[in-house]
Amino acid sequence: MKVYEFQAKDILRKYGVCVPRGKVISQGHDAPKIFQEIGSNRCVIKAQVLAGGRGKGGGIRFATTSAEAQAIAAGMLGAHLVTRQTSPKGIEVNYVLIEESVSIKNELYLAITIDRSLQTPVLIASIEGGMEIEEVAKKSPDKIIREPIDIFFGVHPFQIRRIASKLGISGISSTRFNNLVTNLFHAFINNDCSLLEINPLAVTVDDKLCALDAKMDIDDNALYRHQEFEQMSQYQDLSPVEVLAKKYKLSYISLDGNIGCLVNGAGLAMATMDIIKLHGGEPANFLDVGGDASLEQVTQAFKIILSDSKVKAILINIFGGIMKCDVIASGITQAIQDVGIHIPLVVRLEGTNVDIAKKILENSCLSIISAKDMKEAASLVVKASK
Amino acid sequence: MSILINKDTRVVCQGITGQAGSFHAERMLEYGTKLVAGVTPGKGGTTHHELPVFDSVLDAVQHTGANASVIYVPAAFAADAIMEAAEAGIELVVCITEGIPTLDMIRVKKYLSNKKTRLIGPNCPGIITPGACKIGIMPGYIHKPGNVGVVSRSGTLTYEAVWQLTQRGLGQSTGIGIGGDPIVGTDFVDVLRLFQEDKETMAIVLIGEIGGSAEEEAAEVIQQEITKPVIGFIAGSTAPPGKRMGHAGAIISGNKGTAISKIAALKNAGVTIADSPADIGETTVRVIKQTGASAG
Repeated sequence: MKVYEFQAKDILRKYGVCVPRGKVISQGHDAPKIFQEIGSNRCVIKAQVLAGGRGKGGGIRFATTSAEAQAIAAGMLGAHLVTRQTSPKGIEVNYVLIEESVSIKNELYLAITIDRSLQTPVLIASIEGGMEIEEVAKKSPDKIIREPIDIFFGVHPFQIRRIASKLGISGISSTRFNNLVTNLFHAFINNDCSLLEINPLAVTVDDKLCALDAKMDIDDNALYRHQEFEQMSQYQDLSPVEVLAKKYKLSYISLDGNIGCLVNGAGLAMATMDIIKLHGGEPANFLDVGGDASLEQVTQAFKIILSDSKVKAILINIFGGIMKCDVIASGITQAIQDVGIHIPLVVRLEGTNVDIAKKILENSCLSIISAKDMKEAASLVVKASK
Repeated sequence: MSILINKDTRVVCQGITGQAGSFHAERMLEYGTKLVAGVTPGKGGTTHHELPVFDSVLDAVQHTGANASVIYVPAAFAADAIMEAAEAGIELVVCITEGIPTLDMIRVKKYLSNKKTRLIGPNCPGIITPGACKIGIMPGYIHKPGNVGVVSRSGTLTYEAVWQLTQRGLGQSTGIGIGGDPIVGTDFVDVLRLFQEDKETMAIVLIGEIGGSAEEEAAEVIQQEITKPVIGFIAGSTAPPGKRMGHAGAIISGNKGTAISKIAALKNAGVTIADSPADIGETTVRVIKQTGASAG
């Protein structure tokens, strides 16, 4: 789960990390009051969306008067922000963050994430702050510092000294840097982050280290022990369909094509998307009903696909292991009885209780196109979608 | 032969009285697995499926000589269950549980680093040596004893591949699902080396997916150490970047973890790639014919 910048900064503040003074608003007319409270002669107004590239997309702007702050905030709120990381439609801005504008000497990059190869948290730093780290990695890989972190010890002081020296941090700032890294690591661990990125980390004119931006991803698997994020998750920009899928614990991702897919298992679901494309079609979604979905989940999953107006044909590809094919068959017939179906449906079933499932579908008198294997299923559904 | 498990493997089931544990314990017994005990804290002294249930893995090991364990306990307790099994001296721990927090798994791996225990999973279908021992949740009947080693990050896609092999008369030496999480106990490289050493394995089918760099690391080892023919498939060629495709580990971030990079690395290492998931079986048949590896 991604967390908004203002939420991440609230968390960091609690861990003693220096972040600019500011407040989030959802109404443009609240902007002047916040501008005055901050009491700085220059504020930055930042659109809160869960996508990068905001600066170039016009989502980060400066104001020197409260009237200007209001005009900018009101212009952003409710509008769609398009960046190179969003869809061409952009993301609707529901919150803007107003912050004091900090006078900076230089900008650094600092992040903690998981290194899957080393199987440990890793600290990544660079003197090239403000840029995307992937860009830095491409252009000047020598400017990227990586330090694996022992999960039980945390970042050793000698590691912090080594990084500080490479970043050109010395004097009073070294102590501040030591505290910053230690605090960041605590925030990372205690919040079960998969990414905590400060970019840029500003070295201010008075040698403070200040997090100008903050990106925080929380491990979805750990949300059960972080009820504080439940409150936050209502802010997330999920489509109504994705919310519904979430409610029924279905793994659903909307895509641009016109062939709806219902599959059990993530690997097989991806492979099903791939084979549709190989046969010249385009999947409308990724949908994994999971290993042992209930009748209700299957019914809901099928309804979700049917509710997508761009879907012109549906492919159900099930390899029953734990998941019993007859549960899938009953779920399909149930959903069709409830909401009807007016587009072609191709079904490929294999595995546990496949014979019972085929009988259920036969007896339902629904017009279903049966496929004997994946290849035939893909070719039939692509033809049906055209 | 086969790898890691055989007909003599003695298995204890952690979480045997839970819904999933109970169901799959029965399936394993049906398949002929030597399931010798169950563990559920607080239910020691009772029996389940006519097996003795113990309060701890250590008790189970001491009373039954179990040397492998399969874990079905909920995600919040699974990390502890893995470490408990390791501490009790279990050699092979297969963790089926899905949804264990990544940081917990990092701690577990660190804990296991000075133990002799091998962990498979978590979030995996398990391991099977057809006709001898099944530890996990895969349907038994799709398998057939033989000489193709199968290793995969996925569950149902592995069934698909195995079924294609079996339908074409190609049996399997051992099939392993290593799991779909970012941190797993046993990776492709470990399994490839085991298959290379196994006299019964004549060819290897490797099924990867987008995310991480496990397939690229596997490619390096294949190039340097694996002399047996390897057939590969990578799921997720059409997945958009930045979206988690079900598995916690299946996500493309930036240019990292794409199917293109993985396929290129594997091809470069001499792996024959099946372009379609429907062609894994056919491709394996073809490669075995070409290389003259005897399998069946």
